[in-house]
Amino acid sequence: MIAELGLGVLWLAAGLAVLQAVLGGLALRFPDRPDLGQAVRPVAIAQGVLVSFAMLALIYLFLVSDMSVKLVVANSHSEKPWLYKFAGTWGNHEGSMLLWVAILAVAGSGIALLERRVRPDTLIATLMAQGFIALGFYAFLLFSSNPFERVSPAPQDGNGLNPLLQDPGLAFHPPTLYLGYVGMSVAFSFAVGALLTRDVGPAFARAMRPWVLGAWVFLTLGITAGSYWAYYELGWGGWWFWDPVENASLMPWLAATALLHSVTVLATRDSLRAWTVMLAVVAFSMSMVGTFLVRSGILTSVHAFAVDPERGSFILALLFIYVGAALTLFALRIGTVREGTQFEPVSREAALVLNNLFLTVILGVVLIGTLYPLIAQSMGQQISIGPPYFNPAAGSVALLLIIAMVAGPLMRWRRDGLAAVAKRMALPLALGLVVIVLIRLMAPQIGLLPWLGLSVAALAAAGSVAPLWKRNLRRTPLFTWGMVVAHLGVAIALAGMATDSAFMKEKLVALGEGEATQVGPFSVRLVDVTPVIGPNWTALQGRMSAQRGSGAAFELLPQARNYSSPPTDTSEAAISTLWNGQLYAVLGKANGDGRWQVRLWWKPWVTLIWLGGALIAFGGVLSLIGRLWRERGLATPESGNA
Amino acid sequence: MKAKNQRLILALLALAAVIGAGLLAVSGLKQEAAFFYAPGDVPKDDLPLDRAVRLGGMVKAGSIRHDADGVTLRFVVTDGKAEVPVTFKGIAPDLFKENSGVVAEGRFQADGRFIAANLLAKHDEKYMPPELAGKMHKTGSLKQ
Repeated sequence: MIAELGLGVLWLAAGLAVLQAVLGGLALRFPDRPDLGQAVRPVAIAQGVLVSFAMLALIYLFLVSDMSVKLVVANSHSEKPWLYKFAGTWGNHEGSMLLWVAILAVAGSGIALLERRVRPDTLIATLMAQGFIALGFYAFLLFSSNPFERVSPAPQDGNGLNPLLQDPGLAFHPPTLYLGYVGMSVAFSFAVGALLTRDVGPAFARAMRPWVLGAWVFLTLGITAGSYWAYYELGWGGWWFWDPVENASLMPWLAATALLHSVTVLATRDSLRAWTVMLAVVAFSMSMVGTFLVRSGILTSVHAFAVDPERGSFILALLFIYVGAALTLFALRIGTVREGTQFEPVSREAALVLNNLFLTVILGVVLIGTLYPLIAQSMGQQISIGPPYFNPAAGSVALLLIIAMVAGPLMRWRRDGLAAVAKRMALPLALGLVVIVLIRLMAPQIGLLPWLGLSVAALAAAGSVAPLWKRNLRRTPLFTWGMVVAHLGVAIALAGMATDSAFMKEKLVALGEGEATQVGPFSVRLVDVTPVIGPNWTALQGRMSAQRGSGAAFELLPQARNYSSPPTDTSEAAISTLWNGQLYAVLGKANGDGRWQVRLWWKPWVTLIWLGGALIAFGGVLSLIGRLWRERGLATPESGNA
Repeated sequence: MKAKNQRLILALLALAAVIGAGLLAVSGLKQEAAFFYAPGDVPKDDLPLDRAVRLGGMVKAGSIRHDADGVTLRFVVTDGKAEVPVTFKGIAPDLFKENSGVVAEGRFQADGRFIAANLLAKHDEKYMPPELAGKMHKTGSLKQ
């Protein structure tokens, strides 16, 4: 009953999306009929409520393990812990697409309820665009991925969830990234709305900015968490693999980062109008490319739930329709977007243009590297692109970007003097140079990228707090604090990445019980290997005792797990976090002669990577709160387009 | 600066960035793209020594040997047409076994051996590297 109700509600919500798009279009066409426009807001709100109800219905079906629903049978099992039943709702293709559209519609309701700053016709155009986007995903759900499909006769129990997904991270990772992707769709809808009503200006930028900031915070969190998840779950000791699925989340983040900075220029200085609109289109396109890469089954990974060409083609078609329509609209209307305010080549605007250019280059490099294997494959050639391509190409530009990141906040809006900027940059630059020389002298063996990375990290750490220099800290606005914290986070993450790749120690060895080995400053002894039993798995657990020099010993318990439903082997790494890094242990196979394969890493300061990521997101939150607080008085829609 | 000029300069900068990204990517791809080989495709007298490649096929029955250090594996990858001896130092994936599919990432040596830095075993039908599934469907060696 619940399943039929959920499906019915989903159909209704789809109907409302049609209504929302059509009403919006009519309201724009006939501006003398204000009643049309007034109806759009309630429809958008109702759509959000209905699709939330459908999502709740699906969650309920998973929680009670209703085995007459095909999706539950395929992806759940009655003996799973409840958290994985709950999170398993979106740990599959249909459920995750429903989550996508649910978040989209709720965001639409949010705009309809809260947004009072843009012109009313721009708001209607924005909601119309939202309706069109949602419509594509409703069609996708209802015609090719119905999550509420029944199965008859109902089997005794389900197939279970892929063990790699049986992790508390699953409860947060997909919703976080989806919130980011969907936030980009809101920014996109605003851009389309502003283009349609010729309203590209500071008011539109201020309305769009919280959505961009919010989406960007979620993307940052999603990427940081996904990176840590891969790090401890895969047992490969790495934190970023340039896997296409990782790139699928990185590309929208790069575009969102560029958009976040250009939207600030537009809101503050009324420059970069066309540019900002273009970036909003690019950022949403990257979210769609991300969804396509991850969900179409074109890539082989734990994320590709369904290898079904029909679904892949559907998402690809949606991608082309939305992006094509947006680019056409952009081409048709961009002539009507008037030139914004001018600025000098040495100014904060110019530095932010530089930021955007570097981000665009990195985005281009990552996009080409991610798509090229797919294109080559379709032409019958099989290649793979990995870190040897991405690290130098993206890394070198990223270092330039981070130097620009230091310079930007130290420059004045509109015009500044080169000499004055150089003076403000002097201390960070000097620090960077000192570190370059020190590393050359003390650790000449490390690679070029880590070497430069550490130096730029020192420069950026000093430079990111420089905007607070000689300021009254209590009167510094919250969004300035947000910028400082986020930029400091970039420096800290970079320091972690560079230290890890420069000074990481790795040991691969076969140990018998009682034998010991050395990795970095630690001696690690394999005490014993014993079987252990979990709720839905059995495992062999190695007990290791680790010690630095003559310090206190601590225990590491890596496991080789075997899940029963579906039958799968996984490796659970043991990670011990110390103040200055992590000791990472993996238990491999029995060797037959009483020895076990053991892989150990000492990763100094690796934790800084995720600490930096968290700081970047926190800076975004501070900025968001600061902006909303500052602009709470600007809620007059007529103030735009002055 | 004139209004027209600034917009033009910005547009040109954007174009330069996109072209720059393209050039950077193309030069990187030329050097670093890892090609996929089945043992039968490996050009014996013109081994791709200068770059990392992927080698995919079946692990030949009875070919897996463990070295005395307990962490080095030697085995033979075959596709029915040719064979390549592979050396791998590390923890092999759980589903790495004889008569089963494998993709080795690594480099050829001048003597025709392959040193693998990483092994991807067939996990199950869903998570199989697509190039391997393709090759094996072609040669008919994929039996489920």
